Amino acid sequence: MDSDNRNRQIGRRGFLAAAGAGASALAGLTAGTARAATPDPAITEVQDWARSLGDGVAVRPYGNPSSFEKHVVRRDVEWLTASRESSVSFTPLHDLDGIITPSGLCFERHHSGIAEIDPQKHRLMVHGMVERQMVYTMSDLKRFPGRANRVYFLECAANSGMEWRGAQLNGCQFTHGMIHNVMYTGLPLKTLLDHCGVRTAGKWLLAEGGDASLMTRSIPLDKAMRDCMVAWAMNGEALRPEQGYPLRLLVPGWEGNMWIKWLRRIEIGDQPWHQREETSKYTDLLADGRARRFTWIMDAKSVVTTPSPQAPLAGKGPQVLSGLAWSGRGAIKRVDVTFDGGRNWRQARIDGPSLPLSLTRFYAEFDWAGEELLIQSRAIDDTGYVQPTKEELRQVRGVNSIYHNNGIQTWLVRGDGQAENVEIS
Amino acid sequence: MSKFPRLALAVAACLAIFGPAVAQQQVLPLGRAALPAEIAAWDIDVRPDGQGLPAGKGSVKEGEQLFLEQCAACHGEFGEGAGRWPPIAGGVGSLKSESPEKTPGSYWPYASTLFDYVRRAMPYGNAQSLEADQVYAITAYLLSMSDVIPEDHVLSKENFAAVKLPNAGGFFDDDRETAERQFWGREPCMKNCKTEVKILGHARALDVTPDEKKGPKVD
Repeated sequence: MDSDNRNRQIGRRGFLAAAGAGASALAGLTAGTARAATPDPAITEVQDWARSLGDGVAVRPYGNPSSFEKHVVRRDVEWLTASRESSVSFTPLHDLDGIITPSGLCFERHHSGIAEIDPQKHRLMVHGMVERQMVYTMSDLKRFPGRANRVYFLECAANSGMEWRGAQLNGCQFTHGMIHNVMYTGLPLKTLLDHCGVRTAGKWLLAEGGDASLMTRSIPLDKAMRDCMVAWAMNGEALRPEQGYPLRLLVPGWEGNMWIKWLRRIEIGDQPWHQREETSKYTDLLADGRARRFTWIMDAKSVVTTPSPQAPLAGKGPQVLSGLAWSGRGAIKRVDVTFDGGRNWRQARIDGPSLPLSLTRFYAEFDWAGEELLIQSRAIDDTGYVQPTKEELRQVRGVNSIYHNNGIQTWLVRGDGQAENVEIS
Repeated sequence: MSKFPRLALAVAACLAIFGPAVAQQQVLPLGRAALPAEIAAWDIDVRPDGQGLPAGKGSVKEGEQLFLEQCAACHGEFGEGAGRWPPIAGGVGSLKSESPEKTPGSYWPYASTLFDYVRRAMPYGNAQSLEADQVYAITAYLLSMSDVIPEDHVLSKENFAAVKLPNAGGFFDDDRETAERQFWGREPCMKNCKTEVKILGHARALDVTPDEKKGPKVD
């Protein structure tokens, strides 16, 4: 027996004796506290990581999550689209906490795959109804005064779009995962537009990406001047390629498709261009066969991320319900939660910053005796908008609109703690 | 912003008196002027009024040949869509149905969008490879498949703006703030809000495993 093992055995015997003596004396004080029948080897045995040396510095020059977190990844739903180059992957909301989405887990939506752009060869052109038609390099952009840091959510207009006709996908990653929330660094778009001198007749802006879909959207000039940005960084580092490296447009509070990635061109004009993504797509077909267009703002919405189908309850007793709320019209003022399918509600506890046009984190601590739960959350923003039920939305929009489904989500939690996506009366 | 030209004059006057330092404060010396050839290379967008259309023309017949060679593998020989690739013909009268088909003939408001999109993003995986005449021809073929123009039509820069799509009047601007006014300002119920709650549907009841035509579309 080597000295390590001998020490461990002595240690274990000593612990057993102490635990036996202490148990009776403390019994009265610890009613309700769980007790182990046998000592926990995670404590009594010396673990490998507590004995031998681990990797040194710079062995992992760009750090990755623990190997025990390999399941925390973006996922896709194969049947949604014809090819992965024009498809979507979903943020694993059920595995995340706080309000900032890690850069590598931000959902992706590409129309012709990820453009891998050499920043030395990237150019931003601003032209059309301006006094000075200009070309900027990335280096030019980083020399402008007025650099800004802002936290914004980006939600795809089609987030929850699969749920219009009823509960379909099991997991908030799939029902609500076309959203992310990061801190961006960049320039107010107004700085660039002023640098070029927008002419009086200029009322609209066309933003274009440099990928193989040359993604384009028309944006009204007043929005562009109010709070749009061109950003080159997210969460303190350069944008990820799948998020538009080296430059993307931010259109805070508005549907994600407008946040042009790989931004290479801005044209100023006097009318919208009626591009594919604002006519055949991203228009909201109503029950009467007509369609709403230019539905840019993302209305207030929320979802409980724990418990949820991918994050079941582990056992009876104290629980922490957790979730996210957001609004494209302002800040979240309040979130209510229900455990009985909307018979009774209580106010959730918001923790962390509740910034306008950003995700807001909420919690509701509760005790669970194993009864069936019907859990929902309801967001209220500072314009007084109250998140509607899915049925209320269907009454005004029908079930064909695909986009802008911000209805209240229901999770059924069964006695075994497993959760399922359901719809209730 | 009409003041800008006058501002420029004022800047010019200041320049004469105070020298170049003042002028540089007005317009930071960052970036450079875009050259006409650079703007022409990237400015390929087309508006419904025809602004942005390049010179050129193409017939339905030429378009059919190009479509079969370059487009039909995904969109189907008759524009019906192969597998989960989008159909680009048919669907007329389907917008109020259970499964609306949004094609240029059934849904799209403007023909310019078709030209613009083919020119910038198609063929998928080989974008920006078509000449202007080829884009006219393919657009013409697509429009003839939706019975918007006759089979002997030759589409050109000159006659393009005359093409009107059937559903041009089917759109209206976002009116949520009035049409959905009831979602604002209500005091939500907190206690005894319902007498009974019934489960109406389960996600588990539906088969969402990968299957080619099953399930709604994301885009």
